Amino acid sequence: MNHALILPILLPFLAGISLLFLKTSSMLTRRLSLMATVALVPLAVLLLILAGDGGYRVYLLGHWPAPFGIVLMLDRLSALLLLLTALVATPALWYAVATDGDRQGRYFHPLFQFQLMGLNGAFLTGDLFNLFVFFEILLMASYSLLLHGGGRERVRAGLHYVILNLTGSALFLIAIGTLYGLTGALNLAELAVRIAAAPESDAGLLRAAAVLLLVVFGLKAAVLPLYFWLPAAYAHTSAPVAALFALLTKVGVYAMIRVFTLAFGLEMNAWLLPLGLATLIAGGMGVLASRELRRLIAYSVIVSVGTLLTGIGLDTVAGLSAILVYLAHTTLITAGMFLLADLIVDQRGHTENWPAPPVAQLRLLSGLFFMGAIALAGLPPLSGFLGKTLLLQAASSTPALPWVWLIVLGSSLLVIVALSRMGSRLFWNMQDVATTAVPVSVRRWWPAAALLAAGPLLMILGQPLTDFATATARQLLSPSGYMAAVLATRDLTVLGASL
Amino acid sequence: MLLFIALIPLLGALLPLWAGGRRGRDVSVWTTAAVTAASLALLLWLSPVVFDGVVLQANWPWLPQLGLNFTFRLDGLALLFGLLITGIGLLVILYARYYLAERDDLGRFYALLLLFMGAMLGMVLADNLLLLLLFWELTSLSSFLLIGYWHSRADARQGARMALTVTAAGGLALLAGFLLLGHIAGSFELSTVLAAGETVKNHPGYPVMLMLILLGAFTKSAQFPFHFWLPHAMAAPTPVSAYLHSATMVKAGVFLLARLFPVLADTDLWFYLVGGTGLITLLFAAYAALFQHDLKGLLAYSTISHLGLITLLLGLSTPLAVVAGVFHIINHAVFKASLFMAAGIIDHETGCRDMRKLNGLFKYIPWTATLAMTAAAAMAGVPLLNGFLSKEMFFAQTVYQAAAGGEVHWLLPLLATVAGIFSVAYSARFIHDVFFNGEPINLPRLPHEPPPYLRAPVEVLVAICLLVGIAPAYTVGPLLAIAATSVVGGPLPPYSLAIWHGFNLPLLMSSLALIGGALMYWQRRRLFRLGDRYPPPDGKALFERGLNLGIAATRRLTEGLENGSLQRYLALLIGVALVAGVAGAWQGGELTGDQPLPPVDLLSLLAALLLVLTTGLTMLWHRQRLTAIILLGGVGLIVVLAFIRFSSPDLALTQLTVEVVTTVLLLLALRYLPSDALPESMPSRRLRDAGLAILAGIGVAALTWGGLTRPLQPELAEYFLATSLPGGGGANVVNVILVDFRGFDTLGEATVLVIAALGITALLTGGFPLPIRSSPRVVSIEERWPLLLRMGARPLLALTLLLAAYIFLRGHHLPGGGFIAGLMTALALATQYLAGDFRWTTAQLNLDYQRLMGGGLALIGFTGLVSALFGYPFLTSAFTHAHLPIFGDFEIASAMAFDLGVYLVVVGAVMRILLELGQANAEENGWKP
Repeated sequence: MNHALILPILLPFLAGISLLFLKTSSMLTRRLSLMATVALVPLAVLLLILAGDGGYRVYLLGHWPAPFGIVLMLDRLSALLLLLTALVATPALWYAVATDGDRQGRYFHPLFQFQLMGLNGAFLTGDLFNLFVFFEILLMASYSLLLHGGGRERVRAGLHYVILNLTGSALFLIAIGTLYGLTGALNLAELAVRIAAAPESDAGLLRAAAVLLLVVFGLKAAVLPLYFWLPAAYAHTSAPVAALFALLTKVGVYAMIRVFTLAFGLEMNAWLLPLGLATLIAGGMGVLASRELRRLIAYSVIVSVGTLLTGIGLDTVAGLSAILVYLAHTTLITAGMFLLADLIVDQRGHTENWPAPPVAQLRLLSGLFFMGAIALAGLPPLSGFLGKTLLLQAASSTPALPWVWLIVLGSSLLVIVALSRMGSRLFWNMQDVATTAVPVSVRRWWPAAALLAAGPLLMILGQPLTDFATATARQLLSPSGYMAAVLATRDLTVLGASL
Repeated sequence: MLLFIALIPLLGALLPLWAGGRRGRDVSVWTTAAVTAASLALLLWLSPVVFDGVVLQANWPWLPQLGLNFTFRLDGLALLFGLLITGIGLLVILYARYYLAERDDLGRFYALLLLFMGAMLGMVLADNLLLLLLFWELTSLSSFLLIGYWHSRADARQGARMALTVTAAGGLALLAGFLLLGHIAGSFELSTVLAAGETVKNHPGYPVMLMLILLGAFTKSAQFPFHFWLPHAMAAPTPVSAYLHSATMVKAGVFLLARLFPVLADTDLWFYLVGGTGLITLLFAAYAALFQHDLKGLLAYSTISHLGLITLLLGLSTPLAVVAGVFHIINHAVFKASLFMAAGIIDHETGCRDMRKLNGLFKYIPWTATLAMTAAAAMAGVPLLNGFLSKEMFFAQTVYQAAAGGEVHWLLPLLATVAGIFSVAYSARFIHDVFFNGEPINLPRLPHEPPPYLRAPVEVLVAICLLVGIAPAYTVGPLLAIAATSVVGGPLPPYSLAIWHGFNLPLLMSSLALIGGALMYWQRRRLFRLGDRYPPPDGKALFERGLNLGIAATRRLTEGLENGSLQRYLALLIGVALVAGVAGAWQGGELTGDQPLPPVDLLSLLAALLLVLTTGLTMLWHRQRLTAIILLGGVGLIVVLAFIRFSSPDLALTQLTVEVVTTVLLLLALRYLPSDALPESMPSRRLRDAGLAILAGIGVAALTWGGLTRPLQPELAEYFLATSLPGGGGANVVNVILVDFRGFDTLGEATVLVIAALGITALLTGGFPLPIRSSPRVVSIEERWPLLLRMGARPLLALTLLLAAYIFLRGHHLPGGGFIAGLMTALALATQYLAGDFRWTTAQLNLDYQRLMGGGLALIGFTGLVSALFGYPFLTSAFTHAHLPIFGDFEIASAMAFDLGVYLVVVGAVMRILLELGQANAEENGWKP
């Protein structure tokens, strides 16, 4: 059994605990927190290589065989998301430290680490209830991080987030309870086996539980009529937290992919495709309607969720692999844009679209913005184009073609219009005064630049990325391997190890 | 090698930025020119092979799965465009050096120009549809930045945005069209696609695909009705207008038509769509050009009109029309670029572009005037100049179409002549209004001849106009031939490039156009009056109004959806869950299972009724917060009873302690809520909420019912019962599940508790906005701390702690455990605070709860890690039996350490939260930390 599987959870867990014994945001705290976060990158790469062989790694917690204990599962999808988490977390944390954002409130670092623990755990677990637990961890940490630094608007938006997600957690529990009552299983693989074998008389209730899960995941993912908590919350929280939260909606999407490909087979696609398209429309309009940059980026998160759901809803290897490529792109770019927006606010005073004094580093900031905007809008030659075009191609052999093309391209146009307006107003329409802003050193801008560099990099590495995504999609759409790998441990004879 | 033609300028774009700055003005010019010259030299070096009819190709796979590869082809068409782009580019670079002012950022300008040039070269050389699209969009993006170069001007910003919006929309349509085309042809490689003409044209998807691709081409080449962005793109510096918006970028659309000619053209649909659009654009823009008072505006509309002419020729689809079209591409690029440069010189020298003020400039700048007049004559189609030749060929083609197409098509040559008349008229206006026609009126300054470097590019271009116009066969002939060949995709029919073809219909049309145009210009005042009365529609205003309406609509919709009302979001969430759940359950199966229900006893029924009653009362009195909280506690207590009824003492104990702690916490949290009653909500809203609540309740009840009426799936339970003692070392299965079978969940939940404590602390110390109390409550010390409580609290502490220890120790085998014990301890400690002086108690207890919970979590973690040291997975438990003289036999289990960790976490976290919440209350009552 490979202990590397549990390290992405243990490392931030232990780091978080240690930080409780140190002074809030002291140098030592910062160093420890950064080290623990940076270490996740090589670890995630290692796991990615491990998962790259197409096999499944199972980790039996407490050495109890499945389905009786809790298992961690590593496959390509988990590994991909772990890597994305590490890649977003590192610059975000660095930025928080470089801008002293971590000192605006208490416990930033332990909360950040626990947040990472929750994310990594959610991506690794192979147990539905344990998924709930990790959802709780990441949500509880996110509540506090969201409010980090305080302020009336932040608290107000955060409160909505907290209450809606608590309601979501209750729904999650109801769904799990129903599933457990019907099947007697919590282990995802076992659940899949039981559901497949369930009598026809249970079908309705099972579906009801499944759609409840869809609602819960849809709330986290921010799908149309459940996304309203997101724009205000993301627009008002601190920049590094918003950057990290670019991942948070992806947890919902991940959970949908994981649970529905595995346990509910093809049931959900009839729901996901229209949901995704409707979310795309709403997100695109929100982007155009935004008067302020951070809000615009927050709405682009909605656009990306809509795109992701559309791809899942196509229910083909091509569709799924397209959105996995897109997932990597949108997470990194959105995170980078949130950090960039903060740099712009810092030098310009605000990101509302009326004139302000010019920024101090016009070339740097406008250059980064231009890059990020191209990627965000899905224009060539940057990464957004890759995922979007793969998705359009994936849709081309399905009856949904006209809708998918029209809405995906239409929302792209809305995003282009919105970004060209926003960009030209932020950087071109300036008050005719000398700037009073102080240029920032590379220490503060590299996190945004590094994340936005995903735009060209993912395009250059497009082929390996697409290959990996396709292999992942294949793996996901033939879940028998997953089930076999988990349930093979059933015959493991375990007795408490006697000292 | 082909790759480098485009790559050199793309990478070279960084050089002027690097060399930029005031000191490096000349450096950046020469680096830019050198980069361009390198590309041009490469093209020329490769050209002999292309003249021999060879198509050079190169390819590197990039994203084969997407169909996007680095494949390039250099054929006649690509060579022609490549030479135009680099050749005119070189002249523009020189021109811009002297045109742009000292304060303009030359480095940025040249970087963008090179970026554009590289994109343009990549586009014409691409041998892959998606690669072509990639460069296509890159030209739109760099054009956006170039139009907005003087970004402090509002018209520049608006023009840039409008150009980007229109061309990007076209680009998206083009993407869709290309994807369809690639799908139909089976490949995105042009070489394959071009050979698949018949398959494509017979495919049912052809019309849609064609329209999408044409949308892309027409928006880029400013064809009616998408033409309106081009005149406003003139806000760009004149070198940009000369280069992008007349000679190169706007030709991308017609380039695309030419490029895909073999696979798309020669159908009726193509003829009507392309030819029709071209004809309308030709006429409309020529007419509109006449009414422009702005020098660049006239040239912009004239450009649109000429683009329409080329489109029309390509729409006619005959090989000779293609030759004429390609020829006109060359000629237009040459004379229009020189005209723009001349206009730029006039603007530069006088500070004015209004033709109503610019008069009689000939005597100030005779040499520039001569050059401009020659170029304008070429535009008008005067013999001995290049424009005449292609225009004659155009007239000939319309006549040919009329002859072939029967009586209806006589319209075509007629309209062509009309367009010719307009074109002569606006050319005449350009010449006469600017250089003659009296004296200048109120010019900011009187012009001088410009520095020779500014004029040199114009001289070169005008020389080409003359050379081509006089000796076409010896100059442009071979290039035209290979370019047209690669468009047609086969051998060309014989044609002759000569000035004199004898007296024929086209010559008559040319003469008519010249005479008619001169007449029209002579009668221009009447025309202007007409134009003032019926101005051509203002595309920009329409566009802006449409866009603003659109944005306003999205704002209304978005703000209507996301209105900031938590109540609505919650109602939506519950409503969606309800609808989705019902829709899911509706699809089949049964609600009630076949498990027989146990008989109802009176006591259970009573408890159930009590539960309903308490819940109902809670809801009814929810505005009286204190009452509601106490009632809520009642609900919890009945749940405790239910647990006892179904023989689960562990759960009952847990629920009981949780209930008490929760109630205390809620009471403390009351401080943070406004004490005033909430405003009443609307009756309709209350009805909605009540309906939702009742339906959701029914839904959850139904799900529960479904589960309860089905037999238990016993596998897990049986395994736990069987394995708990031998495998987990505990007889209390619930506890073994918590600390062992699913210890990882417990670890997670313990973490959640710690995070909650941290979060609450951070929030409350981070300036949580407190509601404003109308008046502080005055309470006496006796009232605050009742005597009985004060006296009883301390002995109670000892007792409770003892009980907690007992509960904890027996937990692994009998009901109890770390969680319950932790809550009990926390309650005992909390009682101390409640019963006495806050400050005194804090000092007495002197516990660091943060470290306590941290230590507990650490203990949990290390318990798990120990097993990893022995090579077992994380959290593997171990136990053994030990014997001590006095205590006798007892068990040591790693699970005990785990449970102790849970205990510490619970005590630490709960106390931390209690203290944080309590502190604010204590402060309000006069306590200072």
